[in-house]
Amino acid sequence: MNWFYIEGVLILAGINIIAVLGLSLLTGFTGLFSFGHAGFMAIGAYSAVYFGERMGLPFAVSVVAGGLVAGLVSLFIGRLTLKLKGDYFCIATLGFGEAIRLVLDNVQVFGGARGWPGIPLKVDLVTVTIFNIVGILFLMFLINSRHGRSMIAVREEELAAKVIGIDTYRYKVISLFISAVYAGIAGGLLGYYLTFLQPKLFGLQKSTEYTIMVIFGGIGSISGSVLAAFILTVLPEMLRSFAVWRFVIYGAAVIFIMIARPQGLMGGKEITLKGIAGILGIPGRNRKTARSGEV
Amino acid sequence: MNQILQQLINGFSIGSVYALMAVGYSLVYSIMNFSNFAHGGVIMLGAYFGFFFITLFKMPFWVAFIGAGICSMLVAVLVERMAYKPLRARNAPFLYFMISAMGASMFIENFVIATIGPTFRTYPQIFPAEPFSLGGIYVGRLDMMMFLISAVSLIALVYFIECTKLGKAIQATAFNPRASALMGINTDSVILTVFGLGGFLAGIAGVLFGMKYTVYPQIGFITIKSFIAAVFGGLGSLPGAVIGSFILGIVETMVSGYIMSQYRDLISFSLLILILVFKPMGLMGKSVEDKA
Repeated sequence: MNWFYIEGVLILAGINIIAVLGLSLLTGFTGLFSFGHAGFMAIGAYSAVYFGERMGLPFAVSVVAGGLVAGLVSLFIGRLTLKLKGDYFCIATLGFGEAIRLVLDNVQVFGGARGWPGIPLKVDLVTVTIFNIVGILFLMFLINSRHGRSMIAVREEELAAKVIGIDTYRYKVISLFISAVYAGIAGGLLGYYLTFLQPKLFGLQKSTEYTIMVIFGGIGSISGSVLAAFILTVLPEMLRSFAVWRFVIYGAAVIFIMIARPQGLMGGKEITLKGIAGILGIPGRNRKTARSGEV
Repeated sequence: MNQILQQLINGFSIGSVYALMAVGYSLVYSIMNFSNFAHGGVIMLGAYFGFFFITLFKMPFWVAFIGAGICSMLVAVLVERMAYKPLRARNAPFLYFMISAMGASMFIENFVIATIGPTFRTYPQIFPAEPFSLGGIYVGRLDMMMFLISAVSLIALVYFIECTKLGKAIQATAFNPRASALMGINTDSVILTVFGLGGFLAGIAGVLFGMKYTVYPQIGFITIKSFIAAVFGGLGSLPGAVIGSFILGIVETMVSGYIMSQYRDLISFSLLILILVFKPMGLMGKSVEDKA
């Protein structure tokens, strides 16, 4: 266990946290279920690396620009799919994510299915931490704003939200946009950390993994999402000695959580300074931002 | 002209196997209102059961075929008991069912990787390779069998659902679970039946796919095709699922035949999004209002 390895795991955890934060806004706070987030990540990753390496933009600018490109694509996709209900939306996003992967497989400029090697390593723990802090703060302010509350209203009861004058469609679009930007930024960071991009990285498995992280952390909890992304990135690393069996355990654990603790780690609550001060370390007097769990 | 007919026949044969998968998925959807992501795992296990029954136990093909279907049925029922029943008891929202299904699918796939290994395996040749000709069109024997087996299974399924008491109970539960439960229909046994039927069809679809291509732990990925087919037709509608499967099968073979096989999946996925844009409930889906 040298530091290089630990740092690597932490960086990956940080990147996952950013992607999960975005998905948390969409799934946890707006109640939309996406299986296409790996697609947004792929768009962000490839455009960030394109901006950075082919157009020579500075690292931070290209990563953010990559996120924005993913966001723009999400506006288009959102227009097409956000009017769909429940599972139709899920399957549509699933189709979108896979379509993006297959497009990238065939675009020879980006290396096609063989991938894009030789990207310089520009991501370290400090960069990821900065991106994380900005991401968490932005999401916190957003959730506690009027807009965030409107999104929660969409999740809780769409019809009622409409009745009191919330433009539910608009808030769904905004939520999808922001979460796609997060996914895109996470993708860009991943590209600059792995120094190699391949469409295969952004398959359905990745989207599923992030959705599981959001649910594991608890619907409607930012700190839950952060914790879950961290734990679920680090845990498989610690279970490495079990080799192939760890994913069997992982699958069983997901079912177990759904059955035994469906509200997830945090159950819609947040870790706050007040809560920590109140009962040292034990989440007891936490402020509730949203009613737990049920979407 | 002949070539088009040829492709059409290939499309029908692939589409019929998609239909076997899509129907099972759609049945579960019509009763439980969630996407059963564990369906792919059952298909994959079916392919493996068939493979080992034939190679290891030297069973005759038809025994192995039915045996694989029955074993997959048991797996599907087991998944229902372990992963969904506790959630049903609690009236959990559909989201939890989906996550639980993803967990089950991950469990099954990786369990196979851990125990049997990730290698590709090929079925021994069961039907003679040389195709027979039908007025200038060549039809592979395996393709022919795929189509016939699927057609017979689908007809049997329709008979079961339309003409038996249990089938009527399934229809009633799909229409309104609460009211049918109040009328004395045992929802629990209906759900078990539906998973059993879906599992059986998934198992034999797995064997057919295993014979056509190869067997490997990720073969369950093919269910995505059945999701697409079911969405084409409208979720929860059985005729819709069958029609959607044939459309998908034909589009796929046409794209591979006339455009480029790399674009096959890409075009199916784009078609999925397009259909949803113009017909948000699929071709034959009932319009669902918000499920709260």
